[in-house]
Amino acid sequence: MNAAFFASWIEEIIRTVHVERDRLTRLDAAVGDADHGANLDRGFAAVAPVLAAKQPDTTGALLKQVGDTLIRNVGGASGPLYGMAFREMGKVLGDTPDVSVAELCTALRAGLAGIQKLGAAVEGDKTLVDALIPAIRALEQAVRDGVKQQEAIAAAAAAALAGAEATIPMLARKGRASYLGPRSVGHEDPGAASTALIFAALNTVATR
Amino acid sequence: MKKLINDIESVVPDALRGLAAAHPELRVDEESRIVLRAAGPRPGKVGLVSGGGSGHEPLHTGFVGYGMLDAACPGEVFTSPVPHQMIEATTAVNGGAGVLHIVKNYTGDVLNFQMTAELSAEENIEVAAVLVDDDVAVHNSIHTAGRRGTGATVFVEKIAGALAEAGAPLREVLRVAEEVNARSRSFGIGLSSCTTPAVGKPTFDLGDAEIELGIGIHGEPGRTRAAMRPARDLARIAMDALHDDLPISGDTLVMVNGMGGTPLIELYIVFAEVVDYLAEKGARAARSLVGNYTTSLDMQGFSITTCRLDDRLTRLWDAPVETPALRWGRLT
Repeated sequence: MNAAFFASWIEEIIRTVHVERDRLTRLDAAVGDADHGANLDRGFAAVAPVLAAKQPDTTGALLKQVGDTLIRNVGGASGPLYGMAFREMGKVLGDTPDVSVAELCTALRAGLAGIQKLGAAVEGDKTLVDALIPAIRALEQAVRDGVKQQEAIAAAAAAALAGAEATIPMLARKGRASYLGPRSVGHEDPGAASTALIFAALNTVATR
Repeated sequence: MKKLINDIESVVPDALRGLAAAHPELRVDEESRIVLRAAGPRPGKVGLVSGGGSGHEPLHTGFVGYGMLDAACPGEVFTSPVPHQMIEATTAVNGGAGVLHIVKNYTGDVLNFQMTAELSAEENIEVAAVLVDDDVAVHNSIHTAGRRGTGATVFVEKIAGALAEAGAPLREVLRVAEEVNARSRSFGIGLSSCTTPAVGKPTFDLGDAEIELGIGIHGEPGRTRAAMRPARDLARIAMDALHDDLPISGDTLVMVNGMGGTPLIELYIVFAEVVDYLAEKGARAARSLVGNYTTSLDMQGFSITTCRLDDRLTRLWDAPVETPALRWGRLT
């Protein structure tokens, strides 16, 4: 996976987030303040011209650029959380010319650490972490099993989606939804849903 | 949705242009999206910066001016501002005595201000932050992100602003801000949802005979849904919640705040009940605000915020203030 692969991933995220904008906002309306889709769409839409103006030539520079643009444009909790994640991934990948699945795992772990440093969410809190951690685990398992890259990424995308769906019965303990107490039960976490979209976009690009 | 807007994407900048035009004592930096005092920072005075999602007007942009904030950073509707705005604001208001960030306890606000503080340290600006968390509707902070910051933000901004104006150092301004927060409690009741421009329809459905108890300020549902009842009973539900959390006594600063869609006549009806309630507890509304101060766009409903006063806090509350939404006391 070279810098061009990651650029395609980002382009696919920009496209998917835009298409799924209203669904994410609907999920957020149930447990929060109905802006998750609009915020992410605004943030990722801002990424496109930045990358078009000056396409970074390393994966590290590309992801750092994406992170900075999200922090600058999204606001809310998702701006710093996703922004930090992409920045940390960029730091780890640096100028690695051809990223292996194992190296992607290391980068995602760093992204997760960045998110947890800011938000302190753990599994079961009903946040994006509930989609991210299963995805990383599936990817790591795939590396151990020695499966092909495409299969590994498909497994990660499936795990992220299952993780997002698994937030439905959970009681929220972080973020805006936590104020609803028991009323947060029965709704999918919008952050976990958007994380599942990001992995689905990765899978789309990997299967091309 | 029928709203006085031009374009969903330009709601915040269009409103800021109007604010600047109506209040020449303010300056709006459209590029960085910050609202500042036109006069600029006063050397040796602690700068006060607050910010948060738009849609809560007059919070925070309406409280920029003499005796209160030096700058406000309005985010998108119900979305916290981004660190870039806050750094620009922090740098712009720094008069060499440091800057106090007034942060409402919402995950997005906290995270963005936290990133800003780290970046400001690199600029050699001394920054302190007070976290406002007055909402008693949030019961168990072990299982939540902690109490929300709501109406008490107005009290913190006014009182800390007065102390900063008097030339107190940063640590003292921080201390009084924390003290006001510690003495303040809020509880909100929603009679309707609000409609954010981006969504175009109410965030949640609420029947004619239903209300939401324990709402925050983002149009999110409250903790429980209940049956509508007379203002007297609603005022009592809110006051009981405040009193249970921190017993009310003595001279109290009271705000009956409208959520944006409730007329003043109804807010005064609520305030009359609050005054009676205070009397029952041997307390009195020594100072008060009745009106729209911390709103949720067009939501119907109200919140009540109380703060136990002492002589010093009363003096600071009474000190002159000249902002678009709060002004008294400085005669020219």
